[in-house]
Amino acid sequence: MAALFGKGKPLHAFQALFDAVDTFLLTPSSVTRNGCHVRDAVDMKRIMITVMFALCPALLFGWWNVGYQHFLSAGVDPAFWPAFGYGFLQWLPMAVVVYAVGLGIEVCFAQWRGHEVAEGFFVTGFLIPMIMPPDVPLWILAVATAFSVVFAKEVFGGTGYNFLNPAIVARVFVFFAYPSVISGDKVWIAHPGMSDAVSGATPLAMESVAQIPSNWDLFVGAIPGCIGETCKIAILMGALLLAFTKVADWRIMLSVMVGGVAMAALFNAVGMTEVPVLTQLLMGGFLFGAVFMATDPVTAAHTRAGKYVYGLLVGLVAIMIRVLNKGYVEGMMLAILLMNIMAPLIDYCVVQIHIRRRKRRITQSKHEKV
Amino acid sequence: MKKYLGPLNRENPILVQVLGVCSALAVTAQLKPAVVMALSVTVVCALSNLIISLIRNTIPPRVRIIVQLLVVSFFVVMVDMFLQAYVYDVSKMLSVFVGLIITNCIVMGRLEAFALSHKPLPSLMDGLMNGLGYGLVLVVVGSLRELLGRGTLWNIRIMPQALYEAGYLDNGLMILPPMALILIGSLIWIFNRKPKNAR
Repeated sequence: MAALFGKGKPLHAFQALFDAVDTFLLTPSSVTRNGCHVRDAVDMKRIMITVMFALCPALLFGWWNVGYQHFLSAGVDPAFWPAFGYGFLQWLPMAVVVYAVGLGIEVCFAQWRGHEVAEGFFVTGFLIPMIMPPDVPLWILAVATAFSVVFAKEVFGGTGYNFLNPAIVARVFVFFAYPSVISGDKVWIAHPGMSDAVSGATPLAMESVAQIPSNWDLFVGAIPGCIGETCKIAILMGALLLAFTKVADWRIMLSVMVGGVAMAALFNAVGMTEVPVLTQLLMGGFLFGAVFMATDPVTAAHTRAGKYVYGLLVGLVAIMIRVLNKGYVEGMMLAILLMNIMAPLIDYCVVQIHIRRRKRRITQSKHEKV
Repeated sequence: MKKYLGPLNRENPILVQVLGVCSALAVTAQLKPAVVMALSVTVVCALSNLIISLIRNTIPPRVRIIVQLLVVSFFVVMVDMFLQAYVYDVSKMLSVFVGLIITNCIVMGRLEAFALSHKPLPSLMDGLMNGLGYGLVLVVVGSLRELLGRGTLWNIRIMPQALYEAGYLDNGLMILPPMALILIGSLIWIFNRKPKNAR
C-alpha cells in the first residue's frame, strides 16, 4: 500500500493525505536508528486531545442551549432531549464544513511543501464552530475558515509558526466582512420562531443595565450567544483541566482576569459604565477567550514574566474596547488578536531585561573580587 | 519593442519591485478610481521621463532630484486640475493621492534609473510601460475588490439579484484597506513563486 505513494509512484500526489491517515489510524513503523533525544510523552497530538476534552463540557452545554433558545423563541416548551438533538444537528454541519475546508487546505499545502499534515487544525476546527453564532450561513463559515487557515497560518509556515490565533482570525473575518450575520439581535438564536416579541440579543448588545440577565443566569449560561461561550461553569471545568494538565498556563488565565477586573473597576469608578465588574467578566466571550484563546501556546507570550504582562493587557484592552466602542461589543477577540501581535515584543523585552540584569550582576561580582 | 514590456511582466513595479504600494492600497476600493489613478500615473511617468531625458545633459548631478521633483510636480498639478475639471467625483474620491503621485517611488525610480541615462524616445516608452504595469495591478485589485465587496463593476451591478436572494452577502472586508494589502500580498505571492525546476 505505502509503496504506491512513494516518490515517482503513481499516487505520489496524495502522499501527504496517505501519511496523515496512516499515522492517525496505525502506529508508524518508522524507528529511530541513530542517536536519540529524550522526549516527553506529551506530544502535540496529546496536547490537542487534552484541549478538545477541556472544550467538551462547553460544547455539550452549547448543543443543549442552542436547541433550548430555539424552542423558547418559538414558544414551545423546551424539553431536554429534543433541545439537545436540535443543537447537535445545528452544530454538526458547521463542524463538518469547517473540518472539510480546513483539513482540505492543510493537506494541499502539506503536499505542496512536502511536509506531513500537522495536527494543529483539530483544535482550531473544534473552536471555530463554538465561537460562531449558531445560525451563521455555512458558506460564510467555509470562506472564513479558508481565509484563516491560508492567511493566518499557512503563509507563515503552518502549525507552530502562526503568530495569530487562526480561530479568532476566522471570527474576526466574519465580523468585518459579514457584520450582519454576527452582530445585532437577530443572529444569536438558531432559526428564531414566529414571535418577534422575543429579543435574542446577547447581553453585550443590550443598551441598559436593567436588560442584562442576572449574574447567576450569565454564569449558568442559558442565554442566547455563541455555541461555546455561554456556560461559564462548563468553561471553568475546562479551565481546571487545562491548568491541571499544564496544557494551558494558569498565569495567563489569571492575569487576564486581573486585567479585566482592574479595567472594569476603573471604568466603574469614573462612571463611564454602569455594568458591574463581575457582570463584565461573565458577559460574552470574555471567559471563553481567557481560557481557550489567550492561552494558545503558539501565539501567547512564552516567558513567564511576559505571560503576566500579556494576560494583563488582554484583559485591559478587552474591557476597554467593550466599554469605549459600542460598535465592537465583543472586544475580547480584538484584544487577543492585538496582544498576539505584541507577544513577541513582550518576550523580547523580558529577555533583554534578564540579559541586562545578569550583565550587571557579573560586573558587580568582578568589582567585589577586585 | 520587447525590452520595454518588462514592467508588464517580470519587472512589474508593484509585484516584483514592490514600489508604489501605498497608493495601490488606497485607491483600489473601486474600479473607477483605480483606472483613473492608473492613467494619471502613466501620463505623469511617461511625460516626466521624456522631459528629464531631453534635458538630462544639462542637469547638474548635485541638484538632479530637485529638478526631477519640479518636472514631476508640474505634470501632477496638470493632471490634478484636469481631473477636477472633467471627472470631479473621481477626483474627490482620489483626494490626496493624486498629489502624492509626486512622491510615487515608481516615477522617481524610473527617472533616476532610466531617463537620466537614456535617449528621449526609449525613456518615453519606459515611463509608459511602467505606468501601465502599475495600472495593470491596480485594475486587477480594483475590480476584485469592487466585485466582491459591492457586487458591482464600474458602479454597474454584476452579481445577480438571485444570488443575494439565495443568501449571498457582499464581503465588507474587501472595501477596507486590510484586504487590499492581503490581495496585493497574494498577487505578489502567486506572481513570484519559484518555477518548479528551480526549487
